[in-house]
Amino acid sequence: MPAVSKGDGMRGLAVFISDIRNCKSKEAEIKRINKELANIRSKFKGDKALDGYSKKKYVCKLLFIFLLGHDIDFGHMEAVNLLSSNRYTEKQIGYLFISVLVNSNSELIRLINNAIKNDLASRNPTFMGLALHCIANVGSREMAEAFAGEIPKILVAGDTMDSVKQSAALCLLRLYRTSPDFVPMGDWTSRVVHLLNDQHLGVVTAATSLITTLAQKNPEEFKTSVSLAVSRLSRIVTSASTDLQDYTYYFVPAPWLSVKLLRLLQCYPPPEDAAVRGRLTECLETILNKAQEPPKSKKVQHSNAKNAVLFEAISLIIHHDSEPNLLVRACNQLGQFLQHRETNLRYLALESMCTLASSEFSHEAVKTHIETVINALKTERDVSVRQRAVDLLYAMCDRSNAQQIVAEMLNYLETADYSIREEIVLKVAILAEKYAVDYTWYVDTILNLIRIAGDYVSEEVWYRVIQIVINRDDVQGYAAKTVFEALQAPACHENLVKVGGYILGEFGNLIAGDPRSSPLIQFNLLHSKFHLCSVPTRALLLSTYIKFVNLFPEIKTTIQDVLRSDSQLKNADVELQQRAVEYLRLSTIASTDILATVLEEMPPFPERESSILAKLKKKKGPGTVTDLEEIKKERNSDVNGGTESTPVNASTVSTPSPSADLLGLGAAPLTSSSPPPSTTGSLLVDVFSDSASVVAPLAPGSEDNFASPDLASSEVVSEEPADTVHDADELIHKFVCKNNGVLFENQLLQIGLKSEFRQNLGRMFIFYGNKTSTQFLNFTPTLICSDELQSSLNLQTKPVDPTVDGGAQVQQVVNIECISDFMEAPILNIQFRYGGTFQNISVKLPITLNKFFQPTEMASQDFFQRWKQLSNPQQEMQNIFKAKHPMDTEITKAKIIGFGSALLEEVDPNPANFVGAGIIHTKTTQIGCLLRLEPNLQAQMYRLTLRTSKETVSQRLCELLSEQF
Amino acid sequence: MIKFFLMVNKQGQTRLSRYYEHVEIHKRTMLEAEVIKNCLSRSREQCSFIEYKDFKLVYRQYAALFIVVGINETENEMAVYELIHNFVEVLDRYFSRVSELDIMFNLDRVHIILDEMVLNGCIVETNKNRILAPLFVLDKMAES
Repeated sequence: MPAVSKGDGMRGLAVFISDIRNCKSKEAEIKRINKELANIRSKFKGDKALDGYSKKKYVCKLLFIFLLGHDIDFGHMEAVNLLSSNRYTEKQIGYLFISVLVNSNSELIRLINNAIKNDLASRNPTFMGLALHCIANVGSREMAEAFAGEIPKILVAGDTMDSVKQSAALCLLRLYRTSPDFVPMGDWTSRVVHLLNDQHLGVVTAATSLITTLAQKNPEEFKTSVSLAVSRLSRIVTSASTDLQDYTYYFVPAPWLSVKLLRLLQCYPPPEDAAVRGRLTECLETILNKAQEPPKSKKVQHSNAKNAVLFEAISLIIHHDSEPNLLVRACNQLGQFLQHRETNLRYLALESMCTLASSEFSHEAVKTHIETVINALKTERDVSVRQRAVDLLYAMCDRSNAQQIVAEMLNYLETADYSIREEIVLKVAILAEKYAVDYTWYVDTILNLIRIAGDYVSEEVWYRVIQIVINRDDVQGYAAKTVFEALQAPACHENLVKVGGYILGEFGNLIAGDPRSSPLIQFNLLHSKFHLCSVPTRALLLSTYIKFVNLFPEIKTTIQDVLRSDSQLKNADVELQQRAVEYLRLSTIASTDILATVLEEMPPFPERESSILAKLKKKKGPGTVTDLEEIKKERNSDVNGGTESTPVNASTVSTPSPSADLLGLGAAPLTSSSPPPSTTGSLLVDVFSDSASVVAPLAPGSEDNFASPDLASSEVVSEEPADTVHDADELIHKFVCKNNGVLFENQLLQIGLKSEFRQNLGRMFIFYGNKTSTQFLNFTPTLICSDELQSSLNLQTKPVDPTVDGGAQVQQVVNIECISDFMEAPILNIQFRYGGTFQNISVKLPITLNKFFQPTEMASQDFFQRWKQLSNPQQEMQNIFKAKHPMDTEITKAKIIGFGSALLEEVDPNPANFVGAGIIHTKTTQIGCLLRLEPNLQAQMYRLTLRTSKETVSQRLCELLSEQF
Repeated sequence: MIKFFLMVNKQGQTRLSRYYEHVEIHKRTMLEAEVIKNCLSRSREQCSFIEYKDFKLVYRQYAALFIVVGINETENEMAVYELIHNFVEVLDRYFSRVSELDIMFNLDRVHIILDEMVLNGCIVETNKNRILAPLFVLDKMAES
């Protein structure tokens, strides 16, 4: 069928396209294209001036060639020339070429700008339209510079044609996106807002996009758009389907505009004005009602358009999160869609319900659909729909249904698509941990995960199960028994061998009484897997074996035989060989006491955010995981059951690679000064070289101190006058947002801290490490509180042993009780004798008011309501200050969370701001605190506002937090 | 925001492409190939929205031609899904029973129509008469 071009037919173009279509192969096509490119090039280069028609024809051909994926490196000049043609058709094709082919950094922009300037000045609406389209599509900085002043005028001028206004609105939007600095807010802003009232719906459609973007960045300036948008929406929603004429689509009045208006309203909290609010609620109710009415048309377009508006209305309802009635109605509506025959609707309903699940008003309503969602997981044919179902199950999970949901997810995992397995594994691991009442269930779940989808169980997942088992002694025996049983399977996943090896190495003794799992049987079972495993797992197993030597002296010789075998001692892998040699040696020469100390049970892991959660967040991007809630749960969780945590002892042989990562070294204060744990070998060497002392030297640098004792004895003292309080407040600030770290260090002494706080109570472990090889005598740390501080802060501690051996570390526990809010910090004074010299060191102890913070989650509306309630001038404290660190959003968020308050997302209309909320617990009272941090990137400044019910609290928190950014 | 608007046939040949954010030409070819592969592998009962990299694809099939729109999270999927249909109806009205060939031979016209409907990644006009108005002006000029 010969196709004929409509309008001014261009034969050459038609022939060329037909030729391309007839090409039998890619090569033939490329050949034909190259021929055509050569032809056009010669035409452009030729002496004969081309007429407008030919230019247009060739430009069309170039466009087509570009579409086929070939770069066009000429013809731009010809296109620019077409811009100045007076014929609309030629001008049009010139602009088309430029907006498709020219990118914003082309050097032709100046020429193009000239043509645009002429067309804008022409007062010919069609020409103006073309020029504005071009700016909207190319939108370079030069264009912004040239036209940013002009376009707002065109947009708000009374005599501008509607179609020109539409283009101008989107043009301005483009310039604002590329170069906001050239588009200053001004008189025009209020007039732009009034375009929402324009008679012409096309203008309103274009203006709404512009206003939405501007309002996100400047919520205050565009506040009035809320009431205008509501009234416009109300007029559309209540109109008869014929009222809006051409803007009615299959009996739905202006669906796209309605969607946009509903989006715009999502930039703001619910309207404050009761009348506006009432009108909006009416609109939303009408939209929900319409979904229940019989359709005005059987056409799918009708229901699609209607549902597009409905889904957007539901998004707004969820965003406001304030009208329980609407939320529950939205939930019921989505529940209906879950069973709809249209896959698209089921998909969108699942997605939308996921956000609904996090609202306190509708969480319960969402939960009623659990069976439908589980069914979707089993029957949906589309993986993306199943994925949404998994997300929703995850979102609706709480203590009441966790067992069911986890079981269903595990079930689904057996047949799940490979693409989503890893994510499901992470989700199951998180839910199992978060909602475990009974930790045996948790252990079973994770082992099931490994059994079903071992390959998708990432390191974080099995690290975490070990962390939890080590920290909870009530589950250790069960865990040992369960892994032992799981390992009986003839083929088990390597991850199971890792978990099994680690757990039996620590707690195998708990099941050794049963003759069916005697030490020898345990060892043989593990060793039967050894040869099937990769090098890192074998390394881990070797560490298990040496731990067995300590746990079960009766099988020591069997293990020594294994270690001694050629396949170990002469293993080609250096790491394995080194371990075999060192472990064998250790088992031979060390006394039982030394073995018992070196191979002591792992100390509990410090409390911290689950690494699995971090991984899921990384996978899904921030925001998709309800991270704050998780973090809060983490902080409060009693995963670290045993609070009498032993200090991280440098001499404990840690099973190498996994523990290294679990500890996350950076966060664990004291290990940071010990030798890198990945080289377990060297750790052991240290033990031997210094075998007189059981404890390994704290710092690798200690030998230097040993080599020059006089330096330590005389100069240090003169360097540090006895009565200085070190670094004054610097130290305090360092610890405001974190609980662990090195508080003080000089050549003699290192002081490490580890602390935890809950409500108005806290406990701080202070570790004093002697960095020298000489004893400290009369070692006396004292806590000093001023009289004022004493009345608000109660500190209790026991004296420590007055002698600290060279290289040794002693620990002191301080119990803290906050009675009322306070400003200063207690002082820690340490006195001791070192090699005949008296030492006196004082440091401030970083116990600050914010440590007694408990985060509070709240919705936007609640936040602002409380914010307003605290409007008394004494309750507010504000500080504007210069940024001392790079202004990184993620770091800022982490600091606010570390500070102790909850970080509330999507509360502040300006997404660049941070808001937080929490409660300061003291014995006498609880003080609600709200905070808001507004960064100004251009000026590199922050404005921090604190509002609390107590003046001194506002003041102190503001002081503390201001130093952090 | 709409990131791109594509028309690709079942053989994987692109018939129209409009990007609202700059994409290098070799990346375009790759993206178009991947996008069509994604759409072709789906059956009728699968949903019309695909999560692809950091955006979503919304697609509709008309005979052998797929129209695929890439959007970010600020767009309403269902609204974009119907936008595609509205676009096809406009083409249908202009070409009276539009076919793939009409689109190939009148690429400039199709571009004008799309530019009237979507500008800078935003829906700007949905009224069919107003969308077609500039084209009718153009055609009248060409005839005279």
